[in-house]
Amino acid sequence: MLPEKTAVKSLSGLGGWGRFPVTDVEAVRPEKARDLSPVGGQCIPRGLGRAYGDAAVLTGGTVVMTERLNRFLEFDPQTGVLRAEAGVSLRDVLRYLVPQGWFLPVTPGTKNCTLGGCFAADVHGKNHHRDGTFSRHVYGIELVLANGERVRCGPDDRPDLFWATAGGMGLTGIVSELTLQLTPVESAYMMVRHTRSPDLDRTFELLTDPKYDARYTVAWIDCLAKGPRLGRGVFMAGEHAKKSEVSLRNDPLVLPEKRVKPFPFDLPGWALNPLTVKTFNRVYDAFQGRKGEFVCDYDKYFYPLDGIEGWNRMYGKRGFVQYQYVLPTAGAFEGTRTILEELSAAGRASFLAVLKRFGPQGPGMLSFPTEGLTLALDIPMADGLMNFLERMDQTVSKHGGRLYLAKDSRMKPDVFRAGYPRIDEFCAVRSAVDPGGRFDSDLARRIGLCR
Amino acid sequence: MEGPVLVLGATSGIARETALALAEKGASLFLAGRDLDELERVACDIKIRTNVRVETGRFDADDCSTHLAFFQDSSSVMGGFSGVVYAVGALGDQIRSQTDWQEAHAVLHRNYVAAVSVLHVVAAAFEKAESGWIVAISSVAGDRGRMSNYVYGSAKGGLTVFLQGLRARLQKSGVHVLTVKPGPVDTAMTFGMDKLPLLAQPKVIGRAIVRALENGKDVAYLPGPWRAVMFVLRSVPESVFKKTKL
Repeated sequence: MLPEKTAVKSLSGLGGWGRFPVTDVEAVRPEKARDLSPVGGQCIPRGLGRAYGDAAVLTGGTVVMTERLNRFLEFDPQTGVLRAEAGVSLRDVLRYLVPQGWFLPVTPGTKNCTLGGCFAADVHGKNHHRDGTFSRHVYGIELVLANGERVRCGPDDRPDLFWATAGGMGLTGIVSELTLQLTPVESAYMMVRHTRSPDLDRTFELLTDPKYDARYTVAWIDCLAKGPRLGRGVFMAGEHAKKSEVSLRNDPLVLPEKRVKPFPFDLPGWALNPLTVKTFNRVYDAFQGRKGEFVCDYDKYFYPLDGIEGWNRMYGKRGFVQYQYVLPTAGAFEGTRTILEELSAAGRASFLAVLKRFGPQGPGMLSFPTEGLTLALDIPMADGLMNFLERMDQTVSKHGGRLYLAKDSRMKPDVFRAGYPRIDEFCAVRSAVDPGGRFDSDLARRIGLCR
Repeated sequence: MEGPVLVLGATSGIARETALALAEKGASLFLAGRDLDELERVACDIKIRTNVRVETGRFDADDCSTHLAFFQDSSSVMGGFSGVVYAVGALGDQIRSQTDWQEAHAVLHRNYVAAVSVLHVVAAAFEKAESGWIVAISSVAGDRGRMSNYVYGSAKGGLTVFLQGLRARLQKSGVHVLTVKPGPVDTAMTFGMDKLPLLAQPKVIGRAIVRALENGKDVAYLPGPWRAVMFVLRSVPESVFKKTKL
């Protein structure tokens, strides 16, 4: 008989989607469900590597890649309840289940991530103010613990373990399976309304006044605009389009196949500068702001960047930093104004500045969203950037805010501690299921998670 | 492409993607292999994605005495097959094979002997029915013996020649035989190996196999550039080739 061996691959320069920081790791990639287990001295699970920073790398440790354990296991087309392996991508859920009338309950801005990763980062979408985070739609998970044992948990079954794992960044074990509730849709299209906003006050009003509300809302902000135009942008509200709103010859639930265009090369570092970004922002603002009300497919609405494979190469070899904070409602307006003023004064170019209103905090112990406003930025790596961001951290902390672990690559322990009040609770659960600290990540080490 | 398809060795990465691509064209499937738990997972997955009928059953390539009964049983479950995919295979360990006969034998058996056994059972049924198709996964490694994997390569080379003969025998009965010669594919078999040229994703290979089948190809190098690469490699005179470290 031929024994089947577990191959280990050395990967050098592995990082997150932001390509900063990078490190050398060993990796395993099981293709059989029973082979999914903790390996090596220390390890960290990794899905499709879309966390921006160092959440899914572990210097000197092993990365357990879950992407090949991507089988749908059970689906009820009547109720929309899906049980699947954690490596199933959002892309596959949409591709195969939208034609059957079901959509993801919550989705981040890319579909190139796994269900397990979405749970571990407890991701949110443009509907957070209505529907909460990803974990709120999960009935239960199967988790592979540090000792190799497989346990099931859910909101009513070992809730401590469940809510530590939701948003726990893979540090309680490896999620192997999830059961989740999908959301019914009549079409694969979105009914979208774009409204131009001349300044920050109006942007806030559009985001918070119920009369502009929709299931999905978000505002794109031009963060180079200064003075009276500070915070100008485009407010985008969307709803799943009803069958009657889509006039098509074909099945409204099926999208024609599209080609993904790869981004062809690494742009040189100087290519993104205040001038090019300003130009882009002007064009984008004029173009998007004038669109008014229209119908588009869910890909265009939720995943505009997925159409360009490897878009992170746009930021060149030095990579970029994604910065996303949330400020609780009380200080949200004032804090966001301060931060936008700092950004525009410094001229730090960001293509994507996205402002969004969050609903109430969920039960995940390290879950990022809390009621208030969140701003997400992509900032190309540059000299002096770290100091600049540390000043922003102080503003965030001062207003009682926090940074998103799935996007972070540089926050210091004190900023983390100030933002996440339930750390001790999380660490108690973690040390109960993983007393030896077998699961670890460069992120956890850097922010001093359970020290 | 309609009509039930039997997939032998269905839990491999290439087999799973080929099976899914066939199911997306509407084919119902019988997935066979040794690992029943994994087969069940692959079967559920394809059923949910495509809504076709998918059955599973145990098939032990190593035990040729079971092949006839296996084929009869699975045929009766599905009401006969219109196609068969042979995706059983194992790379084995070349260095160990040089000193350990058991290892070498297992590699030869899995990649070659088992195929001869089970595909002759299939061929007899298809010949009688005067219809059907057979796809077997061979390898570019079977095109030329190299010092680094000639035991595996010779088994695949044997399989390639076997399929040539089988194709000639069955063509007058209207049965089509497709030999697939993939280069290295990014699966558990190759994970951890350094510097593999033209490494292909199993999804791409699976779709390409179905396309080659629809186009009535006899031999498909996948991805395509391997046809040219292997043409060059085969043309190198043995006196020169034997001195390479390939």
